[in-house]
Amino acid sequence: MKLSKRLKGFSADKWGPLLALLVLFVISSFASPYFLKTRNLLNILRQVSYTGIIGLGMTFVIITGGIDLSVGSMTAWAGGISILVLNALGGGPWAIFVTILAAIGVGMASGAFNGIIITKGRVAPFIVTVGTMAIFRSLTLYISGAGEFRSQSNLFPEIGMGDFLGIPYPVWVFIGLAVLFWMILNHTKYGRYLCAIGSNEKVAKYSAINVDKIRFWAYSIVGMVVGVTSVLLAARLNSISSSGAGQSYELDAIAAVIIGGTSMSGGSGTIIGTVIGAIILGIVNNMLNMLGVSPYLQGTVKGLVIIAAVLIQRKKK
Amino acid sequence: MAKEILKVDGISKEFSGVRVLNKARLDIQQGEIFGIIGENGAGKSTLIKIISGIYKPTEGRILFEGNEVVKFTPQNARDMGISIIPQEFNLVDDLNIFENIFLGEEFSKKILLDKKRMIKRTDDLLSELHTTINPKDMIQNLSVAEKQMVEIAKALAFESKLLIMDEPTTVLTGEEIKVLFNIMRKLKESGVTIIYISHKLREVKEICDRVMILRDGEQIDVSSVEDLSEHDMATMMVGRELSQLFPDKLEAQNESVLEVENLTVPGVIEDVSFDLRKGEILGFAGLVGAGRTETAEALIGIRKKSRGRIKLNGKEVKIKNPIDSIEKGIAYLSEDRQGAGIITSFDMIKNITLSSLDKYSSGLINHKKERKQTEYYVDKFNINAASLKTELEFFSGGNQQKVSLAKSLDTDPEIFIVDEPTRGIDINAKREIFYFLNELASKGISCIFISSELEEIIGMCNRVVVMREGKLTGILENEEINEKEIMLHATGLKGVA
Repeated sequence: MKLSKRLKGFSADKWGPLLALLVLFVISSFASPYFLKTRNLLNILRQVSYTGIIGLGMTFVIITGGIDLSVGSMTAWAGGISILVLNALGGGPWAIFVTILAAIGVGMASGAFNGIIITKGRVAPFIVTVGTMAIFRSLTLYISGAGEFRSQSNLFPEIGMGDFLGIPYPVWVFIGLAVLFWMILNHTKYGRYLCAIGSNEKVAKYSAINVDKIRFWAYSIVGMVVGVTSVLLAARLNSISSSGAGQSYELDAIAAVIIGGTSMSGGSGTIIGTVIGAIILGIVNNMLNMLGVSPYLQGTVKGLVIIAAVLIQRKKK
Repeated sequence: MAKEILKVDGISKEFSGVRVLNKARLDIQQGEIFGIIGENGAGKSTLIKIISGIYKPTEGRILFEGNEVVKFTPQNARDMGISIIPQEFNLVDDLNIFENIFLGEEFSKKILLDKKRMIKRTDDLLSELHTTINPKDMIQNLSVAEKQMVEIAKALAFESKLLIMDEPTTVLTGEEIKVLFNIMRKLKESGVTIIYISHKLREVKEICDRVMILRDGEQIDVSSVEDLSEHDMATMMVGRELSQLFPDKLEAQNESVLEVENLTVPGVIEDVSFDLRKGEILGFAGLVGAGRTETAEALIGIRKKSRGRIKLNGKEVKIKNPIDSIEKGIAYLSEDRQGAGIITSFDMIKNITLSSLDKYSSGLINHKKERKQTEYYVDKFNINAASLKTELEFFSGGNQQKVSLAKSLDTDPEIFIVDEPTRGIDINAKREIFYFLNELASKGISCIFISSELEEIIGMCNRVVVMREGKLTGILENEEINEKEIMLHATGLKGVA
């Protein structure tokens, strides 16, 4: 009771997610003796990186007042194609470099497709991305014959499993991109325009902002980060399952954004919030595993966390 | 002796420690039209928001029909018989008129909605207001004045004992205001009490019985309007003697900076041709719906023109959207401040630089430069704000308008189109804006001044374009610029379209 009263003194929007994370962290460290082990913590960070990276781009889209539900399917699609590229080029260091570019390129093109239909076709983002969610998954299944894309490279998994200074590569990528996205959102015209469009599209238009272009790029940027995640995931497993890869990634990415305090109605949001949101989800998953809760129930808990986050934000208003 | 309907007993309101209303006291009699006047930020809106249950007072109490109000919710106020016509519209764009009027209070026949009855009632209300709009028209297709009429109809639809009107006439023309006043008098006869908030002192003098004057949250006076002249009211509002409202007119130069030929937007404006000279303030007068805003929007590329040429400094230009327009040096200040002018969830800095962000950004935004420029405008326009970081939704109308003005100006325009620049702002802010526009003209910036206030047009403009039903009916100069000439052209009695 006292705590909640004190919290009111803070700017709740700003500090709410961070406080939730700290509380969860403390509870977890008491609940399980293994939680605080470096290995476990690094493991959590690595696991949240994949959807967290997508969440960064998703933050942009949600700030414009949109949504992208196709990111999960797109992960499998871009990952699958990138493995085809890798195998075609022989799997050496040079091939891996091209593969990374290919994954990002395919992701960006797929996101750009979403963006074109949404801006030029004037179709609601929800509808468009539900459509492409089905399309990307179906194409992936078709190309692989509903099986797996398997890499023949020995070098590739080394990247996926590798680390630098003890911290796994995906975590570095996540941190690096988070800083980049934070810069874009807070210190560039593009970031300012994203917020303007999400707050009031008509004002943005009258203010000489190219609304369609800004929107289009938001979806293309999500595509790019999906490409990054897909190649990290492909490298980690040295394969991409056409049916399983990226499954429900859209849910985790959107959840991270929402838990981080970004408003679904658009106009404002923070990158740091999304990063914290992703980590909160990761810790929850980790705890449920360690406490031996049935994996079938984990979805329930995740759902409750999302709903609770929104309820708390609603209350503040 | 009339019955006391509302007693406001020492009401104060603080927002995060800042007192915006201090111990206001009122006794309003049943059947009275009670005016509240004051500058922007004087506490008028706060006071009526407390009466209508939107805010809870920090201290003091309110008695309605002798009973103390304990629950401050809009629903409770409505149940007691208090309705409000808000200053900013509260209509759902995607619904039509009758659906808006009966939103949440629908008539029904068993489980089905009784549309017929609602449409009939709406039609009656609208014809009482002498408007030609249809109950089935969608809100989004209405002009600002028509929306205002719908708001009024909405408040009238439910029999209320106390009706609060917050600046209901700012977007209405003379004729419409007359109609409104007649309705107010009728309501008064039937025993309805009205609280009337306005910046227009002449209207207050004409319609109100008593008036309360607020300044900086303090109650300055409550008197019968007969005892006060307009000048007295203005002086009490401002707290000092008022100086001349309009600056002296300057001579425009002879060279044309903008020539518009046969500008046509199908179904909206037809063959509008005029020119704008360097350093000129060119008025655009006409009734609501005459096509003045639409002409401006066609000029800046918001509306697609089917025909017509636009020449800037003698050279023909293509303007397809506001981006082209700003690049070519034409800035537009929208009449719809919150809908198209400013972003209310943004602070002052982000608003002012929104259209001119290129100036502050080479890759990354130079926040220091932005801040400096904003401070310059705060100083120049005398903008009253808690801090540079305060969101605009917490600003008074006049201060919002100054920010909107600064935002348009920050694009360094050669041609500045201002659309109802003084709408809903107090006399002091108005005066500041007039002098400022004049200063721009003296620097050679040309200005298109769209206004429904004839007094402003007459006081400010070198020449006046008059429009009627999408067509230009005359361009008036010198001594032709008077109320009579303008109205003759605006109503179609003079000037062939």
